[in-house]
Amino acid sequence: MVTFKDFRNNVKPNWCPGCGDFSVQAAIQRAAANLEIQPHELAVISGIGCSGRISGYINSYGLHGIHGRALPIAQGLKMANRNLKVIASGGDGDGFAIGMGHTIHSIRRNVDITYIVMDNQIYGLTKGQTSPRSAAGFVTKSTPGGAIEPSLKPLEVALSAGATFVAQSFSTDLKELTAIIEAGMNHNGFAFINVFSPCVTYNKINTYDWFKENITKLSSIEGYDSTNRAQAMATVMEHEGLVTGIIYQDEETPSYQNLVNGYSEEPLNQQEMMIEEKDLQELMKEFM
Amino acid sequence: MLHQLSWKVGGQQGEGIESTGEIFSTAMNRLGYHLYGYRHFSSRIKGGHTNNKINVRTSVVHTIPDDLDILVAFDQETIDVNYKELTSEGVILADAKFKPVKPEDCPATLYVVPFTEVAAELGTTLMKNMVAIGATAALLNLEDEVFQSVVDEIFGRKGETVVQKNMTAIAQGHELMNGMLGDNIGKFELEPADGKHRLFMIGNEAIALGALAAGTRIMAAYPITPASEIMEYLIKKLPKFGGTVIQTEDEIAAATMAIGANYGGIRSFTASAGPGLSLMMEAIGLSGMTEQPLVIVDTQRGGPSTGLPTKQEQSDLMAMLYGTHGEIPKVVIAPSTGEEAFYDTIQAFNIAEELQLPVILLSDLQLSLGKQTVEPFDYSKIEIRRGKLELGELPEAEDKAYFKRFEVTEDGVSTRVVPGQKHGIHHVTGVEHDETGKPSEAAGNRKAQMDKRFRKLDHVNFNMPVFKNTPHEEADVLLVGFNSTKGAIEEIQPMLNEEGIKTNHAHIRLIHPFPAVEMKELIDNAKKVIVVENNATGQLANVMKMNIGAHDKIISLVKYDGTPFLPKELLGRVKELLTDGNI
Repeated sequence: MVTFKDFRNNVKPNWCPGCGDFSVQAAIQRAAANLEIQPHELAVISGIGCSGRISGYINSYGLHGIHGRALPIAQGLKMANRNLKVIASGGDGDGFAIGMGHTIHSIRRNVDITYIVMDNQIYGLTKGQTSPRSAAGFVTKSTPGGAIEPSLKPLEVALSAGATFVAQSFSTDLKELTAIIEAGMNHNGFAFINVFSPCVTYNKINTYDWFKENITKLSSIEGYDSTNRAQAMATVMEHEGLVTGIIYQDEETPSYQNLVNGYSEEPLNQQEMMIEEKDLQELMKEFM
Repeated sequence: MLHQLSWKVGGQQGEGIESTGEIFSTAMNRLGYHLYGYRHFSSRIKGGHTNNKINVRTSVVHTIPDDLDILVAFDQETIDVNYKELTSEGVILADAKFKPVKPEDCPATLYVVPFTEVAAELGTTLMKNMVAIGATAALLNLEDEVFQSVVDEIFGRKGETVVQKNMTAIAQGHELMNGMLGDNIGKFELEPADGKHRLFMIGNEAIALGALAAGTRIMAAYPITPASEIMEYLIKKLPKFGGTVIQTEDEIAAATMAIGANYGGIRSFTASAGPGLSLMMEAIGLSGMTEQPLVIVDTQRGGPSTGLPTKQEQSDLMAMLYGTHGEIPKVVIAPSTGEEAFYDTIQAFNIAEELQLPVILLSDLQLSLGKQTVEPFDYSKIEIRRGKLELGELPEAEDKAYFKRFEVTEDGVSTRVVPGQKHGIHHVTGVEHDETGKPSEAAGNRKAQMDKRFRKLDHVNFNMPVFKNTPHEEADVLLVGFNSTKGAIEEIQPMLNEEGIKTNHAHIRLIHPFPAVEMKELIDNAKKVIVVENNATGQLANVMKMNIGAHDKIISLVKYDGTPFLPKELLGRVKELLTDGNI
């Protein structure tokens, strides 16, 4: 019997007290335990930033890579071992600024991994600069006159990029967050989960109270159909992105792994690497 | 009868110039001749002058020659651009359609042949290249049948009629030319070849095949000239072996995806050229710092920036040796022929896993795209060495104690385990870390981990770091190069020796860590050292000076106009340097 405690290690996070990331860490640990995964069957790949440290705070395999590149690393890992549960995670700077290209293309590619963004609308580790998620007018060290660029809308971007799983949650709602991560890990394809994870040190606007006041739970919207992409888009736009729950899920579209021509059913890392002599002869014949 | 022949076909890009060269050379390969072909092309799809020069020989050859015997021209530009290479014995076979004019100072003989007209009469002008091949056959006194198997393969799926028509086009071209040549039929007849079956391939294909033989199953890559053929070959072949090529959104994704796949316990790699390598620099540092194996192929082309995308250069060397911020151990390997490209690619994968570090396999445009005769690869020489990778059962650790994935060891290499293994959990981070992978900034740990990582470079297991052809104990001159300059140097070494200049040749295959002991001995035994390279600043010469000294002996011979060294040109420049009071 696996419990969330099995996913705890003895490293003390260097997050500020009250940081939203603690709940994300706990939710991943609970979701993994609920899915009865053994710690060694999970790999958490993270980017750079406060949130990027999360891979070191979970008792599982983990790789803390370079800024913005958690997604390609995670996809490479999953391709090497299709039996492994792979989570990629990072902050809004990681996923929506430096790594935005990978985010879009990972969504399109639909490799079977779960991507959790800890979205705090600010750059924390570099001590308070604007993020692509900061609202226009937001005053930070790098936008002393207020941000003049509009905030990026990750849910709309994900939906229009062809995501097969889009969800959003709020870090105080551990129960909902855990359930969403579980659903994402069960989804056969790329699961995109944006989590409002407030920065208590540098973001005095998008606080816990602010989110509580502004968030609408999709479960409270009568007749909401998470298999309807158009409705998902309309609802997200209507609520200016401030909704939580599973926004959209398409269980029909096969994952990348299911589509790759000839892709081994057996994990590649358990395969014989040496080709046979007759294969080499066959391959050489084409050049003769 | 001749021992060597130089043949070139030229015209507008998109006009079938490539396939003309392909058909001719494949047929010659099947007769057992040694070939080396080099394409001149532009960075555009259609239009623009293109040509394909092929050296045909009864013995080994790794370069195109300066001279030209037969020029097949489909437009006037081909004559204007290339006639200066023709010898006085040379021949131009020009399509009557464009009313060819021989330049006044052209010493060769012009034959105006109605390639297009004959092809049109047979049904389609597309077959003009087959008529030209027939005309070539007349000059070489070849039987038309030598082209039969090639024509079968190319046109077979279009039906027997198409095959027949193409063979008829060859026969008519042959006959027509025979009528024009008179006494000159078979003027360029070659001595018979040995009939041995050899491969005729570009360097990129040898690299791709090497990667497959080395056990790679996932390649992540972004298209770029002159590297794309590697991914294009593997996407056709990998599915049979359970793997695939992933075309990523950019080169950063390509390199980091390959790192992720290696972390997962398979062999994965990427291939690119200068601009892509520039984007991969941070990933190379990640591989070095986190000790994840990574093989990257850099097919050098003219830089900087977009530079000369379709032209030869060897100017990435310094960037490959030292690129990425901070300091990591890295191995740089530079094969120079198709055979070396295959076996060195396998060595690159072995070293990357044995030492758990990034390995750059350096190529250049001439090697990557030059099509050459290659001896069939020897299966018994393929060896897969994975070093301290431990995929078996691991002993149970103390409660939540991490596996010492970065244990400080004598050779600097630690036991490697991969995600999914029970009792193997550890952390991996690009932040400086302790033996279990946990971040640590402690000064003592930092030094221990840095030293550990760099110790690995003392244990590079590479077969033949330097190719040597050193007949002289005391040489007047040692010629040194890397990658594709080998062919031109091979040609001139005997010429220099014949002129009484005792010449040794060393071609460096393992550039980093530099084989200083081996190279120093060779340098000590030479009065002068001339370093031949396709860049402006003499990068290899500088690397040699840095590792060995010998500043007074080392002379740089560089070329950076986008074209490869040609043997006679190189001979002239070497002699010039030696007579300039240097010897």
